[in-house]
Amino acid sequence: MKVSMFHLMPYRDLPDDFEQRYHSVWVDPPWTELGDAEKVGQYYNWTLDELIHAAKAGVDGVCVNEHHQNAYGFMPNPNLMGSVLARATNGMDVAVVQMGSTLPTTNPPTRVAEEYGMLDTISGGRLVAGMPLGTAMDATLCAGITPIEQRERYYEAHDLILKAWTADEIFAWNGKYYQLPKVNVWPRPIQQPYPPVWIPGLGSLSTWEFAAQHNHCYCFLSYYGPKAGKNVMDGFWQFISERGVEPNPYRAGFLQLVAVAETDAKAEALYEKHIQYFYNKSLHIPPEYFFPPGHQDYRSLENNIRKGIFKSYFDKLDAIPNWKFKDFVDEGFVIAGSPATVRDLLTDAVTDLRIGNLMVLLHIGSMPHDLTLKNIDMFTSEVMPHIHDMWDNQWENHWWPEKLRTKRQASIAAL
Amino acid sequence: MVAVQEQTVSVWKNQINPTVQVAGSGPAVVFLHGAYGLTWDPFLDALAEQFTVYAPEHPGTTLGDPDGVKALDDLWDLVLYYDELFAQLGLDNPTVIGHSFGGMIASEIAACYPQRVGKLVLLSPIGLWRDDVPVKNWMILPMEEVVKAAFYDPSGPLAQQMLTMPEDEKEAQDVQIRVTWSLACTGKFIWPIPDKGLKKRIHRITAPTLIVWGAEDKLVPPAYAEEFGSRIAGSQVALVEQAAHVPQLEQLGRVSGLVRDFIQS
Repeated sequence: MKVSMFHLMPYRDLPDDFEQRYHSVWVDPPWTELGDAEKVGQYYNWTLDELIHAAKAGVDGVCVNEHHQNAYGFMPNPNLMGSVLARATNGMDVAVVQMGSTLPTTNPPTRVAEEYGMLDTISGGRLVAGMPLGTAMDATLCAGITPIEQRERYYEAHDLILKAWTADEIFAWNGKYYQLPKVNVWPRPIQQPYPPVWIPGLGSLSTWEFAAQHNHCYCFLSYYGPKAGKNVMDGFWQFISERGVEPNPYRAGFLQLVAVAETDAKAEALYEKHIQYFYNKSLHIPPEYFFPPGHQDYRSLENNIRKGIFKSYFDKLDAIPNWKFKDFVDEGFVIAGSPATVRDLLTDAVTDLRIGNLMVLLHIGSMPHDLTLKNIDMFTSEVMPHIHDMWDNQWENHWWPEKLRTKRQASIAAL
Repeated sequence: MVAVQEQTVSVWKNQINPTVQVAGSGPAVVFLHGAYGLTWDPFLDALAEQFTVYAPEHPGTTLGDPDGVKALDDLWDLVLYYDELFAQLGLDNPTVIGHSFGGMIASEIAACYPQRVGKLVLLSPIGLWRDDVPVKNWMILPMEEVVKAAFYDPSGPLAQQMLTMPEDEKEAQDVQIRVTWSLACTGKFIWPIPDKGLKKRIHRITAPTLIVWGAEDKLVPPAYAEEFGSRIAGSQVALVEQAAHVPQLEQLGRVSGLVRDFIQS
């Protein structure tokens, strides 16, 4: 099992009545009313400190991602964060997991090839190259990409980046969306033929197909826990088995919110308000922003409407404002409680979903810095050792930097 | 009610197979629909009393041909496509009526091929942009908000019809899929701002032109009536009271009369 700490870098101090006063946390929350640049500087530094702390405490990887114009998580260029992390973790056996540069909005996409090349060289070959399609909010509303073209652009950008990393000769790229006369990326990555590629997704069939076709790792990034993830991951593994591909658990990644304290009661006391902040404020997004027409191709649209997937999803979200700590835990949205509780729930979840690359969100919503460090310490010392050996006697993680595939040595030594 | 015939034609090396609804007799009139898809409505019925109405579905919006839109990359392709479609339907220089998105496309055709269009009728067209009166982006508005902006009387039967789904679950799904995909396909040519250079080409329109606007349009404000009117030489502008973005249905008698008289004049 490889366990990485994921960080969103959210705004931690939104007003109590934020979701009543403002239309959305994404795209149009007004900076001039809500943003405080001094505070944000502190958040970025805390975020880096928290990830570096987790690296020292023994996690296998540190993850950052890209989002725009929001208070939910705003690292508009995740590679700026990644470069700090790559430098700060040199000498540690920690992967720099970029989840990552949004392909359709990075123009030209060779920019991703270059920046990932920089990160892989700075880190000495420890990069995981995430290649997200991007949310509709980011790609279509903030960056102006035409919804019906987002996925097509993504495929073209992906193909261009892989060719830029592997071609023997300098080449001309005559694509539909990108035309480049002489592609010759400097630097190329250390890892050959290129770093492991992870594809984040939300459960759409076309994304599984794409990940499987290219032998990339498929990562289901959801905030709705293993119960909600069960359908998607069962479908994924069935798809893998139908294709006759080996069902290596490391083909799959999964994101889970985790909060650990000494006892279940203490976890509730410490974390409840931050969990509520996350679901009620950080995810305060109108449905129209999630799915502008064309963001989903025709077949996915038809499938989702016929099966009522949109409706059940948004019906569920409607109930959340009234949820207490217990509801979030019972529904599995958050795995939280004493070390024993978290160990059991997490072990069941990753076994049931067959997950080899686990990402844990250890900073949640409004969590202050000190509490985040405590959560990291408790998770890495009391939970992680119990799941760390899973899968390794049977499977090799082909989707992890080659030099880091053996088990990380006792984490305490690095502290 | 007139009898409406459906023709399926194959255009663009057979990659696009739109349905064209045809009804009536008399001089040819082409109707280009808006972003929500084609619905044969009382305005088209009224036109069909004097004219032969051809109402094609925009590429990709025809049931069973969702990939048609993939054959066109951009607005330039779409205008060429309509040149081919007109030729295939044997339309030399028909009157072209366009509503909303269809009005933008009608304007582009008339600017690109002045000889293709006998007369031009624009019903609340998009295609121009003013920062002080932005066109609302209906692709990211809930339907209730669209209806409030698009209808003079949002609680009236016309507006409510847009919000009412069929009782049958399968039919309701069909409508939802059809409307969403129509928005996706038309959105391909206008996202994220429906200003794709018409302002540079609009002076080329030579067809006699009638511009109709609902005085209460909050989706595409009536300030644009003047923007279109001042750019198309010799055009007439009719501002229709007690109407918003769908004046041809909100004031059916008045607008169908105006359009009929304009075409016959």
